[in-house]
Amino acid sequence: MQTLTQRLANPTRFMELSRAVLPWVAAGACLLIAYAMYLVFLVAPPDYQQGETVKIMYIHLPSAWLAMMGYSIVAVSRFGLLVFRHPLADVSAKAAAPIGAAFTLAALITGSLWGKPMWGTYWVWDARLTSVLILFFLYLGLIALRSSLDDESLAGKLTAVLALVGVAILPIIKFSVDWWNTLHQPSTGFTSTVDPSMRTPLLISAVGFTLLFIALHLKAMQTEIVRRRVKAMRMAQVERDEQRFSAGAE
Amino acid sequence: MDLGPHAAFIWASYGAFVAIVGLLIGWTLFDGWRQANALADAERRGLKRRSTSAPASDRGSA
Repeated sequence: MQTLTQRLANPTRFMELSRAVLPWVAAGACLLIAYAMYLVFLVAPPDYQQGETVKIMYIHLPSAWLAMMGYSIVAVSRFGLLVFRHPLADVSAKAAAPIGAAFTLAALITGSLWGKPMWGTYWVWDARLTSVLILFFLYLGLIALRSSLDDESLAGKLTAVLALVGVAILPIIKFSVDWWNTLHQPSTGFTSTVDPSMRTPLLISAVGFTLLFIALHLKAMQTEIVRRRVKAMRMAQVERDEQRFSAGAE
Repeated sequence: MDLGPHAAFIWASYGAFVAIVGLLIGWTLFDGWRQANALADAERRGLKRRSTSAPASDRGSA
């Protein structure tokens, strides 16, 4: 008897399920992001210290959260590939890496543009900023390594090792503001220390962009499955042509 | 809409964010469209996924 994971591991079944779910996830993302932007620009008040620059928080925090979530997906998928040889694990990890990298870059740029008016500088080599920069380079390394090898199986395994070693960066990013004296403020995140008039748009923005991440991940996984099917068809055709050629030569 | 003395930083942040996420969405959709076309083209040419002589153990699932 197949478990739920085994049933979902079938690429054809995944394609059917994801095609049904994707429009709803994408629509939810669009609605929530639009509502969040309405609240951010027309309802949410300026911060008593930061003034209107607090508006950067509504895209910076979700970006930073998704940068870490993306790497978690990559690491869990790579673990699934190494340990359980899950057929979709490599597809999931490969699809998540560029999305996570894009949100990490967004977190770095928006954070830098928030830092200049608040701290007086675009960049300092403090623990939080540096560890997020390392996360971005880790993503680039994973993408480069995965695409540099033609052997899909070897590329998957090597990337898995790098991804699992790199997972140590996640607690460093999370706790860097507690472990070291940083210019970056301690984590306020989505906790009660943020006033409700700002917390509500922040939460809606975070959920909206998380749905967007999921929608992009599903779409990228579908595309990767199709890419592999096309590759398999072409390889099989080359094999058949070679057999025909060999038979003709004899 | 008055965003105060640091309006340029706010607009630059949102501009960069929209550019990055927009490129990401655009690339994801374009890549999906390109691969769907490649699959349709392969099917039109009558290509099949499995070689007639390939052993069952070599047959990929994805």
